[in-house]
Amino acid sequence: MTQALLAVESLTKRFADRASVTGRVRGHAAATLTALDDVSIAVAPGETLGIVGESGSGKSTLARCIMRLYEPDAGSITFDGQDVLGANGAQLRALRRAIQMVYQDPYSSLNPRLRIGSAIAEPAIVHGLIERGEGDRFAGDLLERVGLSRETAPRYAHEFSGGQRQRIAIARSLAVRPRLLIADEAVSALDVSIQAQLLALLEEIRRDLGLTMVFISHQLSVISRLADRVAIMYLGRVVESGSTADVFADPRHPYTQMLLEAHPRLDGTRVPRPRLTTDTPSPYEIPAGCRFHPRCPLAEERCMSIDPPEVEIPSARGGHLSACHVLPMREAITEAAVRERTPSP
Amino acid sequence: MQAGAELLEVRDLTIAFPAGEKPLLAADRVAFSVTAGRTLGLVGESGCGKSVTLRSLLGMVPYPGEVLGGEIRWRGEDLVRASRRRLTALRGREISMVFQDPTSCLNPVFTIGDQMGETLRKRAGMSKAQARRRAVELLERVGVPSPERRLRAYPHHLSGGMRQRVMIAIAIAAEPQLLLADEPTTALDVTTQEQILSLLLEVQRDTGMAIVLVSHDLGVIAETCDEVIVMYAGRMLEAGLAPAVMRSPRHPYTRGLIKAMPSLDVSGDVPAAPIPGQPPNLAALPPGCPFQPRCALARPDCAAIPVTLDGDLMAHGSACPFAEAAA
Repeated sequence: MTQALLAVESLTKRFADRASVTGRVRGHAAATLTALDDVSIAVAPGETLGIVGESGSGKSTLARCIMRLYEPDAGSITFDGQDVLGANGAQLRALRRAIQMVYQDPYSSLNPRLRIGSAIAEPAIVHGLIERGEGDRFAGDLLERVGLSRETAPRYAHEFSGGQRQRIAIARSLAVRPRLLIADEAVSALDVSIQAQLLALLEEIRRDLGLTMVFISHQLSVISRLADRVAIMYLGRVVESGSTADVFADPRHPYTQMLLEAHPRLDGTRVPRPRLTTDTPSPYEIPAGCRFHPRCPLAEERCMSIDPPEVEIPSARGGHLSACHVLPMREAITEAAVRERTPSP
Repeated sequence: MQAGAELLEVRDLTIAFPAGEKPLLAADRVAFSVTAGRTLGLVGESGCGKSVTLRSLLGMVPYPGEVLGGEIRWRGEDLVRASRRRLTALRGREISMVFQDPTSCLNPVFTIGDQMGETLRKRAGMSKAQARRRAVELLERVGVPSPERRLRAYPHHLSGGMRQRVMIAIAIAAEPQLLLADEPTTALDVTTQEQILSLLLEVQRDTGMAIVLVSHDLGVIAETCDEVIVMYAGRMLEAGLAPAVMRSPRHPYTRGLIKAMPSLDVSGDVPAAPIPGQPPNLAALPPGCPFQPRCALARPDCAAIPVTLDGDLMAHGSACPFAEAAA
């Protein structure tokens, strides 16, 4: 792989609750929530990395650490060879311009008192990219870029629908010509027909501008559409990663398999499975050993005590990793057998 | 309860919200029937009228909306004209409801046991001890682990999925004949969603109750429902048996919705195709078909058609007279 544009190494972030008054009297320690536990990801220039996970998996915390909205407890983040966590002053300002984020809720991410033209032009003016007088033309161009008419610039956010607002939020993030766009559940609040419009827009922008993207979603189907590579997160850890095609066609972590199977299908062809009534454990008490073992149909003795290391799975595109004791090995045997029978190209 | 017996019949149900001179029609001449042991799905995007239709069945149209016309017949009895007292008597006994957000449905200052016990004593007329035993049974039934302990827990001690199980336990406590479910899994993770949906169907198999399920997710509808109604801007655009509607949709909107669904297929052969345009504005609907501004097959006649299905649920009706001729 070429030099990564964004590299996150062993990132850990914990949030400590304030101990309750009675707790302090009794000498109990405050509870600690582990949001990220030794997470590493890398994004190559021009690539789109999808991050999938359910609530509490740490995917949004990861995005916020990259944006320097949270300070992680351990680990490193490098953007284009530069240390993100150590940056300050002018360096940090440059980073904040280079990395932009689109949030989930377009109702709370736009200032209700600003005309959308100003909302879009303001960041570019602040970063000294354009003069104040050029704002209108600049905002008009960006509005057209995201499929809105330039005549809408003097209107306020509340005059737009959710899908249109999300287009405005994208236009604003593009205003400072970022190199990396982080979209955190950017289409999750939208209806299906509008969601598909926004996905097409993001794809187009990425292609035209050569943007690198980190696309965070709980919806597997959205990720499968946009991402070149994917990282599956569970309780603060990346449990499987690799090219989207490899991971979706040949999932090698039981959690990924469970996610794919649980995805509702239009043809109603899902095979009924035994009823599972375990929920995701609390991030306050991450299970020992493999964090997925209480819900895992394949769990063995060792899974309860030994945290599984990431294992590379042989794949055509490379870089397919799974943190599971059981499945990669079990499948590797059959795959080796398959390869024996079919000569490699 | 006899399987296949018709429980609920809705005819020309029209629900209006006052707005200036002309009221907005959140539901416009909606009609369907619900049979024991079966699941009917109402599907559509935000503002299509699916939730308000569901709520109207128990007289819970949010103020200032009101049922303007039509009939809701519950085993022959007209619920539109039923007294408030009669509706209260029905709620939670013969007809129950499960809502989208289990967190805001449970009272944070009472334990699960208190809240289940109240329902059982009030709705099923049990004594305190009976109610407690039955609550444990019910929690077991909906798959809540260590139910005795859970009775002493407060809602915030439970995960979203467990809270929704508790809500289902409360809803089925008095063995209703009809369960109304309004986006019951939308706030939940996909693995939890699967568990909750199979739980609902399992309870249905045991008790023979009917379910009306409202969802924006065609996948959820396809996997759980026997029949489905597709709504848009308060109108029914298509209705039929779920497999038929999913496999061979007749209305351009249904076709568009299915094509817009991102699929898990990574081969990239069939990218999701968006439906162009904006969601409908109820205050400014075009005459005739409400979908025409976004429809690829729209033609001048669309403004003149009556938006009515050419067949009922069993006959797979569509409100578009042109789509098939054009194809």
